[in-house]
This record gives sequence, C-alpha cells and structure tokens, in this order.
Amino acid sequence: MTLSIDDVKRIADLAHIEVNEDEAKATLTQLSDIFNLIEKMQAVNTSTVEPMSHAQDVTQRLRDDVVTETDQRELFQSVAPQVEAALYLVPKVIE
Amino acid sequence: MFNASLKQLSVLLAEKKISSTELTEAFLKRVKTLNPEYNAFITVNEEMSLEQAQIADKMIASGQASTLTGIPIAQKDIFCTKGWLTTCGSKMLSNFVSPYDAGVIERFNQIGSVNIGKTNMDEFAMGSSNETSFYGPVRNPWDVSAVPGGSSGGSACAVAARLAPAATGTDTGGSIRQPAALCGISGIKPTYGLVSRYGMIAFASSLDQGGPMAKYAEDLALMLNVMTGFDARDSTSLQREKEDYVCVLEKPLTGLRIGLPKEYFSKGMSKDVECAVEKALQEYRNLGAEAVEISLPNSELSIPVYYVLAPAEASSNLSRFDGVRYGYRAKSYSDLSDMYRKSRAEGFGAEVKRRILIGTYVLSHGYYDAYYVKAQKLRRLIAQDFIDAFKQCDIIMGPTAPTVAFDLGEKSKDPIQMYLSDIYTSAASLAGLPGMSIPVGFGEKNRPVGLHIIGNYFAEARMLNAAHQYQQITDWHQRTPV
Repeated sequence: MTLSIDDVKRIADLAHIEVNEDEAKATLTQLSDIFNLIEKMQAVNTSTVEPMSHAQDVTQRLRDDVVTETDQRELFQSVAPQVEAALYLVPKVIE
Repeated sequence: MFNASLKQLSVLLAEKKISSTELTEAFLKRVKTLNPEYNAFITVNEEMSLEQAQIADKMIASGQASTLTGIPIAQKDIFCTKGWLTTCGSKMLSNFVSPYDAGVIERFNQIGSVNIGKTNMDEFAMGSSNETSFYGPVRNPWDVSAVPGGSSGGSACAVAARLAPAATGTDTGGSIRQPAALCGISGIKPTYGLVSRYGMIAFASSLDQGGPMAKYAEDLALMLNVMTGFDARDSTSLQREKEDYVCVLEKPLTGLRIGLPKEYFSKGMSKDVECAVEKALQEYRNLGAEAVEISLPNSELSIPVYYVLAPAEASSNLSRFDGVRYGYRAKSYSDLSDMYRKSRAEGFGAEVKRRILIGTYVLSHGYYDAYYVKAQKLRRLIAQDFIDAFKQCDIIMGPTAPTVAFDLGEKSKDPIQMYLSDIYTSAASLAGLPGMSIPVGFGEKNRPVGLHIIGNYFAEARMLNAAHQYQQITDWHQRTPV
C-alpha cells in the first residue's frame, strides 16, 4: 500500500490536527514505514475467525436509570480554558 | 531503609521505630537530591505528601493501619489525583489539576498510603523509552546515558534509584514490564479487568491495565492486594471474588511446568539477554520446575496487530482533547475548527500525533475491514495460541525485552525500531493475560536483564509465587545502582 501527501493531509484533517507541508512530508515517510510493518497481517487467512474486541467475554453491565452523581459543575469547570456564566466559551459558530 | 521491602517498612512503622512522616521526609529528601539527575518525577508536592503522612501516623496510632499504611508510593502521572497536577506526560494536560481521584488512587488513599509524587512517562503512555515525554527524558539509574524504558519509565527509575519504595505503572503493550526489565526491578501487569481504569487516562482502552512496580515480588503481591477489585465506574472491571496474592508466595515450585515458546528463543534476542535468561531458567530447574517447549505460532503478528488496534483506540480516546473543557488551548485561532486543529497540533507531541493519524486512517471509510477488523481477527488467533499453550504448561517464560537498555537517542528517530522493543510483551497484552518482569542479571555495559513471566488468566498468585521463590535464592532484585 502506498500513501500520498494528500492522504496524510486528509487523515490529519479528519483527526483535527493542523500539519504544515514539511510535517506532512516527514509524516508520510514514517507512516509508510509503519504501514509496511502492518501489511504483514494480510498474509494470514482469517476468513473463518471471529473478531475479538475484548480479552474477556463479558457483557455490558446495566444499572438502574437513577441519578448517581452530585452536581460538581463548578469544580469541573475550574480546569476549563474559558468559562462564563457556567458555559464553556468557544469561538462563534453561527453568525 | 531505602533498600527495605514494603513488608520490612510496614514492620518498622507498626513497631513505631519510624513514623510515616519521618519515612516520607527521608524519601522526599532523596528525591530532592537525586531527581534533578534522573527526571523521574514530574510533580513533587512536599506539603501534600506530608499531610498524607500525618493522616497515616494517626491511623497507625489508633490501630487502623493495614500493611501499606504510611508507606510512600510514587504514582504514575497517568492516574488522576485530586488536587495534583496530572499531565500524562503531555503539554496538552500541562495545566490540568485533577478535580477527582482515579479508582487506584482512591484505594491507596483509603488505606493511608502516601503519594510521594507523580512520575514521568512517555506522552499519553505512547513510547518505550520515556523520550516522548513533554517533561524530558528519564535517565536509567544504572547508566544515565541509557533510557529507562517506557512508558512507565519514571516509575521504574524511581524504584530502581530508591527514590520511592514502590510505584504504580500502566501497561498497554509492555509499559510496566519493559521499563521494569530495563531498570532491574519487578513489575506486574495483571489480567485485563482486575485493576480499575476509572480515572486512568485512556490510551487504548481494551488493552490498558494498571499494575505495581517494586523491588520484590512480595511487594507486588502486597500492592496488588490493594489495587485489584471491582469498580462499577469502569465498564470493563471484572466482578469476581477478591484474591489474596500473598498467601501462596511460599509454595514450593516442585512440578511447576514452565513453557518456553520456541519462537521467543529462536531469534531476535541478543546474546547477553539470552545468557541471563538461560541462567534464570537453570535456577528454576534447581527449584524443581520443569521446562516444556511450546509454540506461539502467531506471535510474530503481535506487533503489526498491536500497531493497528492501539492507535485506533487512541485516535478515538484522544479526540476528547479539543481545548474546550480542559487542557491546552492554542493562543490564536480564526474559528472553532481552527481552534481544535491548532490546539491539538500544539498540545500533542510527534509520537502521539503519529499514532492518532495511524488510528484515524485504519478506522476510516474503506480501510476499516482491511485493517481494524483484520487486526481484531488476528488478535483472537494470538489469544488462542496462549489458550492452547496453557494446556501444556502452568506459566510461560522468556525475555522481557530483546536487548538491555539502549542509549538515549538511539531509537528515537526510528519509530519501527522503537516499536520492536515490545516484541515479547505485546502478545500477552492483546490476549489480556497477566505478564510480569523480574530482574535476572546484567548484560552488556552492566545494564539489567528482565525475565518475562506470562500466566494464564487470573494466575497472578502463581506468577508471584514463582517470582518470589526465585528471589529467595538470588539477589538481583536487591542490587542497587546508587
């Protein structure tokens, strides 16, 4: 598999990470090496194997739909970059 | 005192020969003197540590103490710790004072252990040398020109240099075991689901597991007794009877069947590591164990599979760092999207970005089946290899890492070479099995060698028993670099 500079830029865009031209070039070489390593997987026939997502075969626990947390908004917002009137501030999205 | 085991320290505290405050002060003083050279800690807060020591002294005086009450423990900076800076080794969280405690921290607080400081680590636990930390590399106390391993490199260094009696670590593909090996200490990654992941900053959630790092196998058993247990706040925490890991330590090893994977012994391991591992296996034979050759035919695939699954999960987990609710936000940006992109570009280091990009790619439309699902299928084959192997043996042994500690800068420019440091540890992680490393000698340049012990699911007690018995007839775990 071959990656192009445009692939790197597209992935970076999907991941919301800004990359400049030089970074994209350096990343391309490294990602290509890593994908060559990963490519070894394709040699094994897995058509009859079930995917394994977790080590233990456990099912998701359910709990009663009741409030278990207390209001700690002030504490949790104390670590936010910008807060006003209990709201997280971000740049204007709608004109 | 600095070389004492946790049990020995516990006796000193119980007999009032030393107070927790005195013990904590002594270790803090040592940290102050030696940490500038090693960089094992990101945060030390004497006031908060001593406050905990005073509480511990009151618990001891009023007869409420348990074994680890009053003992200073270094906490990996991946565990959210209320009121403490919790950075995960990243610029992204360089201003994050945690508003809550991780499940593991709660457990240590409840029994009155003292947090002696937050240890340095690879950024978001992504690395095998501690060189990806925003706070600079940690030095290996055996040779400051060498890496301590990673990602729990600060914890491994702190224990090896006797800056803390014990430490916590986390392991996703080898991050407890490989630094333990490279720093000549003991460390265990328990079965996936035994230690709560609540408040443990997520890297790859289906693999991440916390565990103890210390000098003695017995210390690890004492710490596991504290760290394990069900936590409803972690959706993958296992509901099972609480186990005592100390009570079987003294069991003789007669008849123990040790599986030696032929794939681990055939290639890849350097001569000095092989020599130390072979000597350790001979000691095990002397202790009454027998060696059985086994095969893990898919073990070669563990690195490719790991480097699909772990980055995929990381790209998802790390999407929460957007500069809105906590963490780093870029200084200047044009709009919301630009704010996300710049905050993440500036807040994450190169290795973290690399893994987020790999993960984003393998999860993207058109590649999901070819990479992600394929890797999940191979993960099952890797796990099945172990299930088959454990029909012939009780535990599996081999080298923890292919070489002794490498030099700082030696592999940092070549991600692939760095990834291969985890060649022996990542398979057990993918299978969700417990793995540990204990020191078994020295190799090139007098740098430590670790023996890797893999157990079946929930076989921690058996593994610790095997490690403890070995430590009764050897003294590698008591050797000190400083």
